[in-house]
Amino acid sequence: MSGDVLVSARGLEVHFPVGGRGFRRKPAGLLRAVDGVDLDIHRGETLGLVGESGCGKSTLGNALLRLVPTTGGTLTFDGTDLTGLEGRRLKELRRRAGMVFQDPFASLDPRRTVAQTVGEPLEVHGLRTGKRARADRVAELLELVGLDPGVAGRYPHEFSGGQRQRVGIARALAGEPDFLVCDEAIASLDVSVQAQVLNLLRRLQRQLGLTLLFISHDLSAVRHISDRIAVMYLGRIVEVGPARAVGTDPQMPYTQALLSAVPLPHPKLERERKRIVLTGDVPSPAAVPSGCRFRTRCPYAFEPCDDVDPALQSVGAPGQQAACHLHGVVGAPAAAPEGVTATP
Amino acid sequence: MTAEVGAPVSLRPATPRWRETLGLLAHNPTAAVSALLLLALVLVAIFDETLAPQGPNEVDVAARLESPSGAHPFGTDDLGRDILSRVVLGTGVSLRVGFLAVGIALLIGTGIGLLAGFYGRWIDDALMRLMDMLFAFPAVLLAIAVLAVRGTGWGNTALAIGIVYIPVFARVTRASVLGVREEVYVRASRSVGASDWRLLTRHVLPNAAPPIIVQTSISLAFAVLAEAALSFLGLGTQPPDPSWGLMLAEGRGFIDLAWWLAFFPGMAIFLTVLCFNLLGDGLRDVLDPKQRTLMAGGGR
Repeated sequence: MSGDVLVSARGLEVHFPVGGRGFRRKPAGLLRAVDGVDLDIHRGETLGLVGESGCGKSTLGNALLRLVPTTGGTLTFDGTDLTGLEGRRLKELRRRAGMVFQDPFASLDPRRTVAQTVGEPLEVHGLRTGKRARADRVAELLELVGLDPGVAGRYPHEFSGGQRQRVGIARALAGEPDFLVCDEAIASLDVSVQAQVLNLLRRLQRQLGLTLLFISHDLSAVRHISDRIAVMYLGRIVEVGPARAVGTDPQMPYTQALLSAVPLPHPKLERERKRIVLTGDVPSPAAVPSGCRFRTRCPYAFEPCDDVDPALQSVGAPGQQAACHLHGVVGAPAAAPEGVTATP
Repeated sequence: MTAEVGAPVSLRPATPRWRETLGLLAHNPTAAVSALLLLALVLVAIFDETLAPQGPNEVDVAARLESPSGAHPFGTDDLGRDILSRVVLGTGVSLRVGFLAVGIALLIGTGIGLLAGFYGRWIDDALMRLMDMLFAFPAVLLAIAVLAVRGTGWGNTALAIGIVYIPVFARVTRASVLGVREEVYVRASRSVGASDWRLLTRHVLPNAAPPIIVQTSISLAFAVLAEAALSFLGLGTQPPDPSWGLMLAEGRGFIDLAWWLAFFPGMAIFLTVLCFNLLGDGLRDVLDPKQRTLMAGGGR
């Protein structure tokens, strides 16, 4: 499971300028969607990435495929530096890393048949040249994701959500990638279909030896599929570790709150479940609080949280890390970056 | 939803799209009738010499300003020329100018709109401000300038009208592209390594096309009108060549005396413009892929 690192991010930043239009554009502010992410994804593992909507998990997923430009930090894929990658080498990255998108109704071009969509990576990368070979490969891919190869000539609107998502997965697999980013890949599906697609992903991961980044806001789905779980809050990874450890014994108050919101199947346990209800809203990523970014909502916030930005430190189970001063104050006593006001 | 297992797998849809489009168009009565009428007009334009009962400039002083009759179904003008023959021979001029003008505007305008909408930023700013300048310039003045520099003739008339319509196509295309480029399937295609060129030609343009196609049809109507207007003003087709607009201008003086002079070329313009408009509407419906199966599915 663990082994060599396939994808590695160090201090990764994706900042978007907000506001400002016209010829002389001066951005009015900076939206810190991803703000200093340290993350290693090991070859062959499934890493679940959880967090509330707007915490930057999708942006992070997009950044790993260079679908959004990174503004700082380093990012490597199989030892290759991705920042500033261009042309043929960027294209090769996009063959080796695929993406499954959230909304299967939006991610397939309505004017292209299933065969054209699934065959596109083959065309783009010049794999399986020749009509016959390409059609065969498309059929093979459709079968791999549990679709009848006979549907190749059909258009996306003729399919249900689950079937469309299978088409999307087939497209992502066409280039024989090592790494697959599933960005909320089951969030917009019916619950009954969610389990099917989840199991399909798990089967494919094993069958093809994929490395999977499974992005979701649904902690129970993530626990089901992941080897390790990373928790993201306001553009930063705040806790990471083995799925079992993070899922049962979280070390960061935010993860504890997330976990306490998951209903339990056993009625007795469910009745005894104590919910940690967080107060307040997530601060805007355009105005990140100073110190610990969770302190404005943290029930345990104390003095150092105001001005020391906590770094990830090893706590709890082996391989588990959390960014929280409750486990000892570790981190840079950073003043708030210029232009950013802390909202207490 | 289920297809027979082992059915031949093809990268192309079973029936070619253009044939499917034609089939669907046939089910849209107004569009079908318009298309047939336009086809008839094109045939008239091609075989005009054979179809016209007389030469366009055969003067018969004895039969001046004759009302419509068996010998002259559309009547004769003040020089005794057969109106039907002149309307028939004017068809080619109107259509040639229309198609060439819209062709020029479509090619250049759509290209500009695609680049501006897709790349945004300074490319968008630069191109669209250029288009605004062209748009703000009075169309007739621009046409007069082009015709003054290059001289009259149907090619130059078409060029003048074409230039005027470039910003229209640029804007329609840009607006449509702005919506399409944010679609997830464009990002999805990028995520598998598609180049900008591929994104533009395979995903963005086809999905942004319906409003452009409709605009093409409507612009054809306007181009025919514009040719008539320029000829009416004496800037387009020069006498004694037959042109609907020119005939309208010449017939104007006789409107209380001989209505048929202006009526028949006017009707020709009216019908052509109407057909292009209706065809545009029909195409818009047919080109929507969702309506496509809905209609093609028929039996359900």
